[in-house]
Amino acid sequence: MLTSKKQDTSQPLLTLTSVNLTISGRSLLESVDLELHRGEIVTVVGPNGAGKTTLLRVALGLQKPTSGAVTIASNITIGYVPQKLHIDPTFPITVRRFLALAKAHNKHSFESLLKDVGAEHVIDSPLQNLSGGELQRVLMARALMRDPDILVLDEPVQGVDVHGQVELYDLISRVRTERGCAILMVSHDLHLVMASTDRVFCLNKHICCSGTPEVVVNDPAYTALFGPYAARHLAIYVHDKEHQHDHDHNHECCGDGEHNHNG
Amino acid sequence: MDDFLLRALLGGLGVALVAGPFGSFVVWRRLAYFGDTLAHSALLGVALGFLLHINLTLGIFLICQMLAILLFVSQYQRQLASDTLLGIFSHGALSLGLVALAFMDNVRIDLVSYLFGDILAIGYSDLFWIYGAGGVALLGLIWIWKPLLSITIHEDLARVEGIPVDRINWLFLGLIALIVAIMMKVVGMLLVTALLIIPAATARRFANTPESMALIAMLIGGVSVVLGLLGSFQYDTPSGPTIVVAGCILFIGSILLPKRH
Repeated sequence: MLTSKKQDTSQPLLTLTSVNLTISGRSLLESVDLELHRGEIVTVVGPNGAGKTTLLRVALGLQKPTSGAVTIASNITIGYVPQKLHIDPTFPITVRRFLALAKAHNKHSFESLLKDVGAEHVIDSPLQNLSGGELQRVLMARALMRDPDILVLDEPVQGVDVHGQVELYDLISRVRTERGCAILMVSHDLHLVMASTDRVFCLNKHICCSGTPEVVVNDPAYTALFGPYAARHLAIYVHDKEHQHDHDHNHECCGDGEHNHNG
Repeated sequence: MDDFLLRALLGGLGVALVAGPFGSFVVWRRLAYFGDTLAHSALLGVALGFLLHINLTLGIFLICQMLAILLFVSQYQRQLASDTLLGIFSHGALSLGLVALAFMDNVRIDLVSYLFGDILAIGYSDLFWIYGAGGVALLGLIWIWKPLLSITIHEDLARVEGIPVDRINWLFLGLIALIVAIMMKVVGMLLVTALLIIPAATARRFANTPESMALIAMLIGGVSVVLGLLGSFQYDTPSGPTIVVAGCILFIGSILLPKRH
């Protein structure tokens, strides 16, 4: 809790109240309720097309809901970590310049900032040359420059190998612990994310179920959405999370196959 | 040097200086087709100029602005892909311009000079337009430079960070419409986009920051104008296309050069 601005955790930083979104006759979100408190990690999981990214866009104020309310506590800063950048290869921009563009007067140097997220070696690389994991770290560094109260991440481990995923989730947990900011992320990955989140919202246009990971995986709505095998398999993973890494690896391999089957 | 040659050179260089930084953004943001669409509406602007008895460059500028606004608004519809929409506007505006001019019995224009430019006919009022409007456009671009770079990297990220994305995009498109109107005279409506994107694409090989790319694109555009004018004079070829050919030769040369790093 080194740099957190306020310690009041009773009031939610972000509240979505019966949010509905319909675009050209297609319903994307249906009466979604969600609260985010300081210092907690909330993950929205759901299959492809469930509206996860749409939900984030609504929470960020990038998309107006058709009905319902998005309430953000006053005087808070939101840091956004998009999933990807679509930068034209002709655009000459290094990581250092990318960080310098952020509207922030930060006392820390870019070097120490990148070191903090484990990406100091890419500081002079063109932004387009980064791997998925490196880009996520750089994007996180840029978001953290703004000293955010809420960090919003869109599928942060998409396209990152299993080892990198574990590291990224560790980094996200560490950001929460050190800075005390709230973290809202979406994921369609079910296994690793469950081990590193406080609350899970299971989304399929509407919130099917929510609660701690243990509660959610035993919820019939969750099983209905992801299939009994994935749910059972996940329970095993959560149970075994103290075990060695190579065990996790095996689970992950099976899990990927199963996930594709359901997704 | 003959007076008209000096004016041609000054006009061409002025346009190249403006085209460098704007062309860089056109390349980075993949707006080449957008620039083409604006340029194709120029004949409609000429018709408007004759109709209202105003300066033709002003007429072109007004039509380009109107089209830029129309394109900006219509990007929110979801029925048609943006390149389909641009195609409709582009060819619709070009044809409408030709039809409108045909209706004006007392107006006889040299169509070829509008299509491909007539740099040797640049007069002092044209120079005034090129340097006046070009200067305004460059100052405007410098003003929005930093937020525009952020928008180019990720529009939603820029929005979350508090950049007024829509306002800056508006302004940028308005400035593009302005420079398209002044570039018309030098390379003509069919080649405006060429002068925007070819020097910028050539500069890419030598640049490691957005600013250096914009500056090198200015330089390469200037060299293209000088070489094109010399070639046009030497071989008695049309000036606008010769400038573009010179630009293409520089571009091919830049590809063939071995990479330094």
